[in-house]
Amino acid sequence: MTDHHLAQFNVARLRAPLDAPAMAEFLALFPPINALADSAPGFVWRLTDGEADDATSIRPYGDDVIITMSVWESREALWDFTYRSAHLDALRRRREWFLRMAEPYVVLWWVPAGRIPSLEEARERLERVRRDGPAPEAFTFRQMYDPVGDLVQI
Amino acid sequence: MDDVEAIAALQDPVRRRLYEYVAGQAHDVGRAEAADAAGVQRTLAAFHLDRLTEVGLLEAVFRRPAGRTGPGAGRPAKLYRRSAAERVVSVPPRDYRAVAALLAEVVETVGGEEVLERLARVHGRSAGAAPPEAAQAEPRPEDGTGAAPDGAGDEVGDRVEAALAARGYEPYREGGRLRLRNCPFHALAAEFPPLVCGMNLALLEGLVEGLGATGVVARMDPRPGECCVVLDSKNNES
Repeated sequence: MTDHHLAQFNVARLRAPLDAPAMAEFLALFPPINALADSAPGFVWRLTDGEADDATSIRPYGDDVIITMSVWESREALWDFTYRSAHLDALRRRREWFLRMAEPYVVLWWVPAGRIPSLEEARERLERVRRDGPAPEAFTFRQMYDPVGDLVQI
Repeated sequence: MDDVEAIAALQDPVRRRLYEYVAGQAHDVGRAEAADAAGVQRTLAAFHLDRLTEVGLLEAVFRRPAGRTGPGAGRPAKLYRRSAAERVVSVPPRDYRAVAALLAEVVETVGGEEVLERLARVHGRSAGAAPPEAAQAEPRPEDGTGAAPDGAGDEVGDRVEAALAARGYEPYREGGRLRLRNCPFHALAAEFPPLVCGMNLALLEGLVEGLGATGVVARMDPRPGECCVVLDSKNNES
Protein backbone atom coordinates (compact mmCIF):
# COMPACT_ATOMS: atom_id res chain seq x y z
CA MET A 1 0.00 0.00 0.00
CA THR A 2 2.94 2.32 0.47
CA ASP A 3 3.32 2.97 -3.26
CA HIS A 4 -0.08 4.66 -3.28
CA HIS A 5 -1.53 7.43 -1.17
CA LEU A 6 -5.18 8.25 -0.65
CA ALA A 7 -6.40 11.65 -1.88
CA GLN A 8 -9.54 13.28 -0.48
CA PHE A 9 -11.57 16.18 -1.90
CA ASN A 10 -14.60 17.67 -0.23
CA VAL A 11 -16.97 20.56 -0.97
CA ALA A 12 -19.39 22.24 1.46
CA ARG A 13 -22.05 24.89 0.84
CA LEU A 14 -21.98 27.57 3.55
CA ARG A 15 -25.15 28.63 5.34
CA ALA A 16 -23.66 32.10 5.81
CA PRO A 17 -20.45 33.92 4.85
CA LEU A 18 -17.48 32.82 6.97
CA ASP A 19 -17.28 36.22 8.70
CA ALA A 20 -20.93 36.05 9.81
CA PRO A 21 -21.51 35.64 13.59
CA ALA A 22 -23.32 32.33 12.95
CA MET A 23 -20.06 30.88 11.60
CA ALA A 24 -17.82 32.03 14.45
CA GLU A 25 -17.74 28.64 16.18
CA PHE A 26 -16.94 26.90 12.91
CA LEU A 27 -14.16 29.36 12.17
CA ALA A 28 -12.69 28.88 15.63
CA LEU A 29 -12.30 25.16 14.89
CA PHE A 30 -9.92 25.77 11.99
CA PRO A 31 -6.62 26.19 13.86
CA PRO A 32 -7.03 23.22 16.25
CA ILE A 33 -8.48 20.86 13.62
CA ASN A 34 -5.84 21.79 11.03
CA ALA A 35 -3.13 21.27 13.64
CA LEU A 36 -4.69 17.91 14.46
CA ALA A 37 -4.57 16.90 10.79
CA ASP A 38 -0.97 18.04 10.37
CA SER A 39 0.17 15.94 13.32
CA ALA A 40 -2.10 12.94 12.61
CA PRO A 41 -0.38 9.61 11.85
CA GLY A 42 -0.28 9.03 8.09
CA PHE A 43 -0.95 12.65 7.13
CA VAL A 44 0.87 13.62 3.91
CA TRP A 45 -0.43 16.94 2.61
CA ARG A 46 -3.37 19.34 2.59
CA LEU A 47 -4.34 22.17 0.29
CA THR A 48 -3.73 25.74 1.50
CA ASP A 49 -3.99 28.98 -0.44
CA GLY A 50 -0.39 29.97 0.21
CA GLU A 51 -1.24 32.87 2.52
CA ALA A 52 -3.57 31.54 5.16
CA ASP A 53 -3.06 28.08 6.65
CA ASP A 54 -6.27 26.84 5.05
CA ALA A 55 -8.03 26.61 1.69
CA THR A 56 -11.08 28.73 2.47
CA SER A 57 -10.15 31.43 -0.06
CA ILE A 58 -10.12 28.89 -2.90
CA ARG A 59 -13.67 28.86 -4.23
CA PRO A 60 -13.90 27.19 -7.64
CA TYR A 61 -17.59 26.33 -7.08
CA GLY A 62 -18.73 29.88 -6.24
CA ASP A 63 -18.67 32.22 -3.27
CA ASP A 64 -20.77 30.05 -0.99
CA VAL A 65 -18.83 26.78 -1.44
CA ILE A 66 -15.61 26.04 0.44
CA ILE A 67 -13.36 23.07 -0.28
CA THR A 68 -10.82 20.86 1.47
CA MET A 69 -8.32 18.58 -0.16
CA SER A 70 -5.69 16.34 1.42
CA VAL A 71 -3.49 13.27 0.91
CA TRP A 72 -3.01 10.40 3.38
CA GLU A 73 -0.83 7.32 3.57
CA SER A 74 -3.74 4.90 3.90
CA ARG A 75 -7.47 4.51 4.31
CA GLU A 76 -7.00 3.91 8.06
CA ALA A 77 -5.01 7.14 8.45
CA LEU A 78 -7.72 9.24 6.78
CA TRP A 79 -10.49 7.33 8.60
CA ASP A 80 -8.96 7.77 12.04
CA PHE A 81 -8.48 11.50 11.51
CA THR A 82 -11.91 12.04 9.98
CA TYR A 83 -14.03 9.93 12.31
CA ARG A 84 -11.89 8.97 15.32
CA SER A 85 -10.56 12.36 16.41
CA ALA A 86 -11.95 15.72 17.52
CA HIS A 87 -12.81 16.23 13.84
CA LEU A 88 -15.85 13.96 14.31
CA ASP A 89 -17.56 16.47 16.58
CA ALA A 90 -17.18 19.15 13.91
CA LEU A 91 -18.70 16.75 11.37
CA ARG A 92 -21.57 15.97 13.70
CA ARG A 93 -22.42 19.66 13.80
CA ARG A 94 -22.08 20.20 10.05
CA ARG A 95 -25.77 21.06 9.55
CA GLU A 96 -25.32 24.12 11.75
CA TRP A 97 -22.88 25.57 9.23
CA PHE A 98 -23.51 23.89 5.88
CA LEU A 99 -26.51 23.35 3.65
CA ARG A 100 -27.39 19.81 2.70
CA MET A 101 -26.22 18.84 -0.76
CA ALA A 102 -28.22 16.55 -2.99
CA GLU A 103 -25.12 15.42 -4.89
CA PRO A 104 -22.08 13.61 -3.45
CA TYR A 105 -19.81 16.18 -1.79
CA VAL A 106 -16.75 14.08 -1.08
CA VAL A 107 -14.55 11.90 -3.28
CA LEU A 108 -11.55 9.67 -2.60
CA TRP A 109 -9.00 8.31 -5.07
CA TRP A 110 -5.52 6.79 -5.07
CA VAL A 111 -2.49 8.74 -6.26
CA PRO A 112 1.07 7.45 -6.71
CA ALA A 113 2.95 8.12 -3.46
CA GLY A 114 4.85 11.40 -3.72
CA ARG A 115 2.58 13.03 -6.28
CA ILE A 116 0.32 15.83 -5.07
CA PRO A 117 -2.93 15.93 -7.05
CA SER A 118 -4.07 19.15 -8.72
CA LEU A 119 -7.34 20.94 -8.04
CA GLU A 120 -8.42 20.23 -11.63
CA GLU A 121 -7.87 16.52 -11.02
CA ALA A 122 -9.88 16.70 -7.79
CA ARG A 123 -12.79 18.44 -9.50
CA GLU A 124 -12.76 15.87 -12.26
CA ARG A 125 -12.87 13.00 -9.72
CA LEU A 126 -15.80 14.58 -7.88
CA GLU A 127 -17.55 15.04 -11.19
CA ARG A 128 -16.98 11.36 -11.90
CA VAL A 129 -18.41 10.09 -8.64
CA ARG A 130 -21.39 12.39 -9.10
CA ARG A 131 -21.98 11.15 -12.62
CA ASP A 132 -21.19 7.42 -12.39
CA GLY A 133 -21.27 6.60 -8.68
CA PRO A 134 -18.33 5.04 -6.79
CA ALA A 135 -15.76 3.25 -8.99
CA PRO A 136 -12.03 2.41 -8.64
CA GLU A 137 -10.98 5.83 -10.03
CA ALA A 138 -13.29 7.88 -7.79
CA PHE A 139 -15.03 6.47 -4.72
CA THR A 140 -16.32 7.11 -1.21
CA PHE A 141 -15.65 5.69 2.27
CA ARG A 142 -18.86 3.71 2.08
CA GLN A 143 -17.87 2.08 -1.18
CA MET A 144 -14.11 1.94 -1.12
CA TYR A 145 -11.65 0.45 -3.63
CA ASP A 146 -8.03 -0.55 -3.14
CA PRO A 147 -5.27 0.76 -5.45
CA VAL A 148 -5.60 -2.36 -7.64
CA GLY A 149 -9.26 -1.56 -8.19
CA ASP A 150 -10.87 -4.23 -5.99
CA LEU A 151 -13.78 -3.32 -3.75
CA VAL A 152 -12.67 -3.20 -0.11
CA GLN A 153 -14.76 -5.30 2.29
CA ILE A 154 -15.16 -3.27 5.47
CA MET B 1 -16.87 -20.22 10.96
CA ASP B 2 -20.53 -20.68 11.65
CA ASP B 3 -22.09 -18.12 14.03
CA VAL B 4 -24.05 -20.80 15.87
CA GLU B 5 -20.91 -22.86 16.44
CA ALA B 6 -19.02 -19.78 17.63
CA ILE B 7 -21.66 -18.88 20.18
CA ALA B 8 -22.15 -22.51 21.23
CA ALA B 9 -18.45 -22.54 22.17
CA LEU B 10 -19.31 -20.20 25.04
CA GLN B 11 -21.57 -22.75 26.69
CA ASP B 12 -18.68 -24.23 28.63
CA PRO B 13 -18.45 -22.18 31.85
CA VAL B 14 -14.65 -22.13 32.00
CA ARG B 15 -14.40 -21.12 28.39
CA ARG B 16 -16.94 -18.39 28.97
CA ARG B 17 -15.01 -17.04 31.95
CA LEU B 18 -11.84 -16.99 29.86
CA TYR B 19 -13.59 -15.25 26.98
CA GLU B 20 -15.12 -12.62 29.22
CA TYR B 21 -11.83 -11.94 30.91
CA VAL B 22 -9.88 -11.53 27.64
CA ALA B 23 -12.68 -9.44 26.09
CA GLY B 24 -12.68 -7.13 29.11
CA GLN B 25 -8.98 -6.25 28.98
CA ALA B 26 -7.49 -3.28 27.15
CA HIS B 27 -4.29 -5.30 26.52
CA ASP B 28 -3.55 -8.64 24.84
CA VAL B 29 -3.71 -11.44 27.38
CA GLY B 30 -1.29 -14.35 27.86
CA ARG B 31 -2.22 -17.86 28.97
CA ALA B 32 -0.96 -17.51 32.50
CA GLU B 33 -2.89 -14.30 33.13
CA ALA B 34 -6.10 -15.74 31.69
CA ALA B 35 -5.66 -18.96 33.68
CA ASP B 36 -5.22 -17.03 36.92
CA ALA B 37 -8.26 -14.88 36.21
CA ALA B 38 -10.45 -17.90 35.46
CA GLY B 39 -9.00 -19.93 38.32
CA VAL B 40 -7.89 -22.86 36.18
CA GLN B 41 -4.59 -24.52 35.24
CA ARG B 42 -2.57 -23.09 32.37
CA THR B 43 -2.83 -26.14 30.14
CA LEU B 44 -6.60 -26.18 30.47
CA ALA B 45 -6.74 -22.42 29.84
CA ALA B 46 -4.53 -22.86 26.77
CA PHE B 47 -6.83 -25.55 25.40
CA HIS B 48 -9.93 -23.39 25.80
CA LEU B 49 -8.25 -20.20 24.53
CA ASP B 50 -7.19 -22.03 21.38
CA ARG B 51 -10.68 -23.42 20.92
CA LEU B 52 -12.08 -19.86 21.23
CA THR B 53 -9.55 -18.75 18.62
CA GLU B 54 -10.53 -21.63 16.32
CA VAL B 55 -14.19 -20.61 16.31
CA GLY B 56 -13.21 -16.98 15.71
CA LEU B 57 -14.25 -15.41 19.03
CA LEU B 58 -10.64 -14.60 19.94
CA GLU B 59 -7.60 -13.72 17.88
CA ALA B 60 -4.12 -14.99 18.70
CA VAL B 61 -0.99 -12.85 18.25
CA PHE B 62 2.62 -13.78 18.90
CA ARG B 63 4.85 -11.28 20.62
CA ARG B 64 8.01 -11.23 22.69
CA PRO B 65 7.62 -9.87 26.21
CA ALA B 66 8.46 -6.15 26.34
CA GLY B 67 12.17 -5.38 26.68
CA ARG B 68 13.43 -8.72 25.40
CA THR B 69 15.00 -8.80 21.95
CA GLY B 70 17.72 -10.57 20.01
CA PRO B 71 19.01 -14.09 20.43
CA GLY B 72 18.26 -15.60 23.81
CA ALA B 73 15.10 -13.58 24.21
CA GLY B 74 13.13 -16.78 24.03
CA ARG B 75 10.13 -17.73 21.95
CA PRO B 76 7.50 -15.07 21.41
CA ALA B 77 4.53 -15.51 23.72
CA LYS B 78 1.08 -16.34 22.39
CA LEU B 79 -1.35 -13.60 23.37
CA TYR B 80 -5.10 -13.38 22.91
CA ARG B 81 -7.53 -10.57 22.22
CA ARG B 82 -11.20 -10.35 21.33
CA SER B 83 -11.90 -10.80 17.62
CA ALA B 84 -13.43 -7.81 15.83
CA ALA B 85 -15.84 -10.11 13.98
CA GLU B 86 -19.48 -9.84 15.05
CA ARG B 87 -21.52 -12.96 15.78
CA VAL B 88 -25.27 -12.79 15.57
CA VAL B 89 -27.71 -15.64 15.91
CA SER B 90 -31.42 -15.08 15.58
CA VAL B 91 -34.06 -17.74 15.62
CA PRO B 92 -36.23 -17.30 13.59
CA PRO B 93 -34.03 -15.34 11.14
CA ARG B 94 -34.22 -11.55 11.53
CA ASP B 95 -32.27 -8.83 9.81
CA TYR B 96 -32.62 -5.57 11.71
CA ARG B 97 -29.23 -4.31 10.52
CA ALA B 98 -30.30 -4.05 6.88
CA VAL B 99 -33.33 -2.03 7.98
CA ALA B 100 -31.20 0.16 10.25
CA ALA B 101 -28.76 0.92 7.40
CA LEU B 102 -31.57 1.83 5.05
CA LEU B 103 -33.25 4.07 7.62
CA ALA B 104 -29.93 5.72 8.44
CA GLU B 105 -29.44 6.53 4.78
CA VAL B 106 -32.91 8.05 4.64
CA VAL B 107 -32.26 10.24 7.70
CA GLU B 108 -29.01 11.42 6.14
CA THR B 109 -30.58 12.04 2.75
CA VAL B 110 -33.41 14.15 4.11
CA GLY B 111 -31.10 15.89 6.60
CA GLY B 112 -33.07 14.63 9.60
CA GLU B 113 -30.18 14.59 12.08
CA GLU B 114 -31.79 17.15 14.36
CA VAL B 115 -34.96 15.09 14.75
CA LEU B 116 -32.93 11.93 15.26
CA GLU B 117 -30.90 13.54 18.02
CA ARG B 118 -33.97 14.99 19.71
CA LEU B 119 -35.71 11.60 19.75
CA ALA B 120 -32.54 9.84 20.86
CA ARG B 121 -32.31 12.18 23.83
CA VAL B 122 -35.94 11.44 24.75
CA HIS B 123 -35.34 7.68 24.48
CA GLY B 124 -32.18 7.91 26.53
CA ARG B 125 -33.96 9.90 29.21
CA SER B 126 -36.77 7.39 29.65
CA ALA B 127 -34.28 4.49 29.61
CA GLY B 128 -32.31 6.21 32.35
CA ALA B 129 -35.40 6.95 34.43
CA ALA B 130 -36.72 3.37 34.18
CA PRO B 131 -35.87 1.09 37.12
CA PRO B 132 -32.78 -1.03 36.43
CA GLU B 133 -33.48 -4.45 34.94
CA ALA B 134 -32.21 -7.62 36.54
CA ALA B 135 -29.20 -7.67 34.26
CA GLN B 136 -28.16 -4.25 35.48
CA ALA B 137 -28.10 -5.38 39.07
CA GLU B 138 -25.27 -7.80 38.28
CA PRO B 139 -22.10 -6.65 40.00
CA ARG B 140 -19.33 -5.59 37.68
CA PRO B 141 -16.13 -7.64 37.63
CA GLU B 142 -13.99 -6.84 40.64
CA ASP B 143 -10.75 -5.80 39.04
CA GLY B 144 -10.10 -3.13 41.64
CA THR B 145 -8.50 -0.81 39.11
CA GLY B 146 -11.36 1.59 38.66
CA ALA B 147 -12.56 2.56 42.10
CA ALA B 148 -12.58 6.32 42.44
CA PRO B 149 -11.34 7.52 45.80
CA ASP B 150 -13.96 10.12 46.66
CA GLY B 151 -17.17 8.94 48.25
CA ALA B 152 -19.94 11.41 47.45
CA GLY B 153 -19.91 11.50 43.63
CA ASP B 154 -19.11 7.85 43.41
CA GLU B 155 -22.55 6.40 43.96
CA VAL B 156 -23.78 8.42 40.99
CA GLY B 157 -20.75 7.32 38.99
CA ASP B 158 -21.47 3.68 39.84
CA ARG B 159 -25.06 4.06 38.71
CA VAL B 160 -23.99 5.58 35.39
CA GLU B 161 -21.36 2.89 34.97
CA ALA B 162 -23.87 0.10 35.64
CA ALA B 163 -26.37 1.58 33.19
CA LEU B 164 -23.69 1.83 30.50
CA ALA B 165 -22.47 -1.70 31.19
CA ALA B 166 -26.03 -3.01 30.90
CA ARG B 167 -26.22 -1.44 27.44
CA GLY B 168 -23.02 -3.06 26.24
CA TYR B 169 -20.73 0.00 26.29
CA GLU B 170 -18.12 -1.76 28.46
CA PRO B 171 -17.23 1.32 30.54
CA TYR B 172 -13.92 1.73 32.33
CA ARG B 173 -12.51 4.52 34.45
CA GLU B 174 -9.65 6.69 33.36
CA GLY B 175 -8.84 9.46 35.76
CA GLY B 176 -12.08 11.23 36.61
CA ARG B 177 -13.94 10.03 33.52
CA LEU B 178 -15.67 7.02 32.14
CA ARG B 179 -14.46 5.79 28.76
CA LEU B 180 -16.36 3.23 26.72
CA ARG B 181 -14.47 0.31 25.24
CA ASN B 182 -17.29 -0.93 23.03
CA CYS B 183 -19.60 0.75 20.53
CA PRO B 184 -22.94 -1.12 20.60
CA PHE B 185 -23.74 0.34 17.17
CA HIS B 186 -20.35 -0.41 15.64
CA ALA B 187 -21.21 -1.62 12.11
CA LEU B 188 -23.78 1.11 11.58
CA ALA B 189 -21.48 3.75 13.09
CA ALA B 190 -18.75 2.70 10.66
CA GLU B 191 -21.15 3.17 7.76
CA PHE B 192 -22.68 6.48 8.93
CA PRO B 193 -20.21 7.96 11.45
CA PRO B 194 -21.46 11.50 12.08
CA LEU B 195 -25.10 10.37 12.03
CA VAL B 196 -24.81 7.38 14.36
CA CYS B 197 -22.21 8.96 16.65
CA GLY B 198 -24.38 12.07 16.96
CA MET B 199 -27.36 9.88 17.81
CA ASN B 200 -25.25 7.97 20.33
CA LEU B 201 -24.13 11.17 22.06
CA ALA B 202 -27.73 12.39 22.33
CA LEU B 203 -28.82 8.97 23.63
CA LEU B 204 -26.18 9.05 26.35
CA GLU B 205 -26.89 12.68 27.25
CA GLY B 206 -30.50 11.62 27.74
CA LEU B 207 -29.50 8.53 29.72
CA VAL B 208 -27.35 10.57 32.12
CA GLU B 209 -30.20 13.04 32.55
CA GLY B 210 -32.73 10.25 33.13
CA LEU B 211 -30.44 8.74 35.77
CA GLY B 212 -30.39 12.08 37.54
CA ALA B 213 -26.60 12.13 37.34
CA THR B 214 -26.24 15.90 37.35
CA GLY B 215 -22.50 15.76 37.95
CA VAL B 216 -21.82 13.75 34.80
CA VAL B 217 -21.42 15.23 31.31
CA ALA B 218 -21.34 13.19 28.10
CA ARG B 219 -19.23 14.56 25.26
CA MET B 220 -17.59 13.43 22.04
CA ASP B 221 -13.99 12.29 22.34
CA PRO B 222 -13.48 9.51 19.81
CA ARG B 223 -10.41 7.29 19.83
CA PRO B 224 -9.57 4.53 17.38
CA GLY B 225 -11.22 1.29 18.44
CA GLU B 226 -13.53 2.75 21.11
CA CYS B 227 -16.95 4.38 21.43
CA CYS B 228 -17.05 8.06 20.39
CA VAL B 229 -18.36 9.33 23.74
CA VAL B 230 -16.74 9.86 27.14
CA LEU B 231 -18.45 10.85 30.37
CA ASP B 232 -16.74 13.49 32.46
CA SER B 233 -17.41 13.84 36.13
CA LYS B 234 -17.68 17.45 37.23
CA ASN B 235 -16.73 16.49 40.79
CA ASN B 236 -13.38 15.15 39.74
CA GLU B 237 -12.55 18.14 37.58
CA SER B 238 -12.87 20.79 40.23
